[in-house]
Amino acid sequence: MYLVEYLLLAAALFSIGVYGVLARKNGVLVLMSIELMLNAVNINLIAFGAFRGNAIGQVFALFVIAVAAAEVGVGMAIVLLIFRNRASVNLDEVDLMRG
Amino acid sequence: MIAQQIAFGILAATMVLASLRLVTTKNVVHAGLLLAVVLGGAAGIFVLLAAEYVAVVQILVYIGAVVVILLFGTMLTRARIGEDTDLDNDQRWLAAIVALFMLGVTGTVLWQGFRHAGGDGKVHLNGVQRAAQVSDLIFGPYGIPFEVASVLLLAALVGAVAIARRD
Amino acid sequence: MLDHAWLIPAIPAVMFWLILGFGKRLPGKGHELGIAGVGASFVLSCVAAVQWIGRSTDVTIGEGAHVEHVRKAVEHSTTWFDIGNVHIRVGTYIDGLSVALLVVVGLISLLVHVYSTAYMHDDRRYTHYFAALSLFTAGMLTLVSASSALQMLFGWEAMGVCSFMLIGHWWEEKENSNAALKAFLTTRTGDVGFLIGLSILFFANGQTFDVRVWNANALGGHVSHLVLLMGAIALMGAVVGKSAQFPLHTWLPDAMAGPTPVSALIHAATMVVAGVFLFSRLYGVFFTGFSIAAPGHGTFTVPAVIGGITIIIAALLAFVQDDIKKVLAYSTVSQLGYMVMALGVGAWTGAIFHLFTHAFFKACLFLGAGSVSHSGSHHSFDMKRDMGGLRKHMPITFATFGIASLALAGIFPLAGFWSKDDILVTAGHNGYELFMVVGLIGAFMTAAYMTRCVWLTFYGEPRGAAAEHHPHESPAAITAPLVILAFLSITAGWLNGFGFHYFGHWTTNETLVHALERVNLVEPRFSFPAAIISLAVAGSGILLAWLYFEKRALGPLQDLAARNALAARLKLVLVRKYYLDDLYEKVIVAGIAGPIARGAYWFNQTVIDGVVNGAGVGAKAAGHIVYDIIDQKVVDGAINGAGFTAEEGGTLLRIIQTGRVQQYAAALFGAAALFGLALVFFVGT
Repeated sequence: MYLVEYLLLAAALFSIGVYGVLARKNGVLVLMSIELMLNAVNINLIAFGAFRGNAIGQVFALFVIAVAAAEVGVGMAIVLLIFRNRASVNLDEVDLMRG
Repeated sequence: MIAQQIAFGILAATMVLASLRLVTTKNVVHAGLLLAVVLGGAAGIFVLLAAEYVAVVQILVYIGAVVVILLFGTMLTRARIGEDTDLDNDQRWLAAIVALFMLGVTGTVLWQGFRHAGGDGKVHLNGVQRAAQVSDLIFGPYGIPFEVASVLLLAALVGAVAIARRD
Repeated sequence: MLDHAWLIPAIPAVMFWLILGFGKRLPGKGHELGIAGVGASFVLSCVAAVQWIGRSTDVTIGEGAHVEHVRKAVEHSTTWFDIGNVHIRVGTYIDGLSVALLVVVGLISLLVHVYSTAYMHDDRRYTHYFAALSLFTAGMLTLVSASSALQMLFGWEAMGVCSFMLIGHWWEEKENSNAALKAFLTTRTGDVGFLIGLSILFFANGQTFDVRVWNANALGGHVSHLVLLMGAIALMGAVVGKSAQFPLHTWLPDAMAGPTPVSALIHAATMVVAGVFLFSRLYGVFFTGFSIAAPGHGTFTVPAVIGGITIIIAALLAFVQDDIKKVLAYSTVSQLGYMVMALGVGAWTGAIFHLFTHAFFKACLFLGAGSVSHSGSHHSFDMKRDMGGLRKHMPITFATFGIASLALAGIFPLAGFWSKDDILVTAGHNGYELFMVVGLIGAFMTAAYMTRCVWLTFYGEPRGAAAEHHPHESPAAITAPLVILAFLSITAGWLNGFGFHYFGHWTTNETLVHALERVNLVEPRFSFPAAIISLAVAGSGILLAWLYFEKRALGPLQDLAARNALAARLKLVLVRKYYLDDLYEKVIVAGIAGPIARGAYWFNQTVIDGVVNGAGVGAKAAGHIVYDIIDQKVVDGAINGAGFTAEEGGTLLRIIQTGRVQQYAAALFGAAALFGLALVFFVGT
């Protein structure tokens, strides 16, 4: 088991998540892609923790899971609000900041 | 060791394929189920790294709660159950370039930096970390972050209610 | 009682739950529980005060001529919770300062409870009102008896919440709930400073919240001055927010939307002095951090400047208010400015003594204003429209209000005279002559606007409701507290007057003595010339205002605003409260909380396009001038070119402002990867 395998897997998942965040129009799918990115981080944390032989990586992975749970709750609330106001979850249409 | 290597290969391939499908599929419900597959695969990776407690939490919180919330969100926003052609925006190429660029940079750096990390570049699970040690750390030196996380969850709870409530 | 001081805040806290649970079923709808709880607390506080005064002065500090004997503070604490190796402790720290505040808070709260039984009679949420009053009292008592700063934060926030509930007691009216929100959010702005200050000092003092340790470390030079300065500045934010100092003073006058007894308790006598209390409790930190009265110090300190500005601007605002409660509110802001300024110039005892006496006469004034509206002006607070000539109908209210006004104005021998004098003398003694002058100007204005207030309310011809609704004296539950407070307004000052320095001796503590010791200062004594000057200033304030209103003298000044454009404009600035509210609401809040989109759009349309167009237009105009004078082709062309380039540049920049978050995100991720690459190339290997 090589450390670098885990790191590359995490990098691949993260990049896929980035693609999803950038390319998806549907708000729910963007949230899912964010979950992918967070999971890639968790894999990194745990792999490094195991590599160094301590449990601190696991502790921080648990914190990341807690934060992700909070994030998805607030994110879903925002998506629901957008849907209620615009009858659509297309992020393209949320462009009030256009210059 | 070889069995772990094989397991890793299978898990990694499944996760990458499932996540690729996740960001390209035309069906929102399928995307939710594929997310469950990726997250389950991550739990398997955690088990391989002897982090069984985090693996259990991963399954409970992520697959048990987060995926369910996302599927509920799908239902509440009345997304079309089934094929939907209109899920991607018009900057797919830009997104692909950025993502590949990131993968290239991070992949190269990681490969060069950690290929020989610690001498042989291998993860040795001799000092296996039990759940007890995790709890000692959380309720010991990391007590304040733990409390802060609880405050964060409360804030997110209140915030989510405040944002989504009808008034 | 000094050893069991935790009972004092605990009793009202328990009563809060009992009132919530059983209040509605009781014959008095819960007020008996509230009065009993606060009464018990007050009695216990008095016992504690007697014991404290009887305690031997066995701690000796200093040597030679400056030797001082002080009483040792009583400290009891127990472990609250452990995080890792950090032990958070909770307990009581009782010294002269705590005892003085315990007695004041207990007494004022008790009187306000009694007063409220009549004033709030038949109110919709009578029970909840008393529950909130009890919780508020418990919060203030916790704050003043706390041994750890974290515990102080709890009391502090409990008061913030109760203040919100009580200001918005009649929340059905939009105005009241807005005032409650404003008070809550404004003080909250300062509370951010409290949290930051707590964190800084917690880590700077080796992970403890113990206030005694904080003071000792700060004065002993165990913490670096820079850290102390940052901590003191952060905590100053909390003081400014809670004690309504410039520039966060705007919430206090609006908080008058709450019931009048609440104004008396919260916004005059207790809650707003929490900031002053925090300042004096952590005096070691502020003293060292802000280099107060340090050798070779400048002629001003940050808190003294804030306090000085507050004194003047609030007193000016008090002149243009028609609402009697707002006059009193601005007067409170101004008096709090005195306390903060006093602490800023090293007049610790003076500040605490002023806090002590101010609580009595300001509570008396507020309760008096409540009595006027309750029985005299048919629930109106407008002095110009609905009052006047009330002194014949409400003799007790008039007498007590008058006495308290004189005490506030600083007339010998009433309470305010002694405490104000103490502050001014010490300011001069410590080398802050400028602030002594500011204080004297403030005293003059205080005397004048209180005279205006008394004259408009009680003299002249009855107007509006006062004329139509048969004013009468209030019931005994309202007048009894007024008489008690008026009596204290007369007598409280003698505790530290002339030769008696009882109050100073009782409240002095190790922090203060150490602090003064280090800069070789002694607390000055009463001085006759200073007293005569301040009395003359206050007297002339009253006299001038009296001539102006009663005798219609000072002809050139009468109705000046109606005749002179400059005076009218100045008055408008005052009426609009220096436009501070407009600044906060229309600029800051609307910019942040309001539609960001509109702001960004406006920015784009007005500023960017304006700059671009302006540059183009300006360049063209300049070009024409140059065209006539020097060269037609070269210069003109270049200038037009510059304008054109700017215009085109603006248009080009607009293209990337698509408003689509995902494109921004793409730029973000791409840039992050690029920077990562640059890092690897230029820094790595």
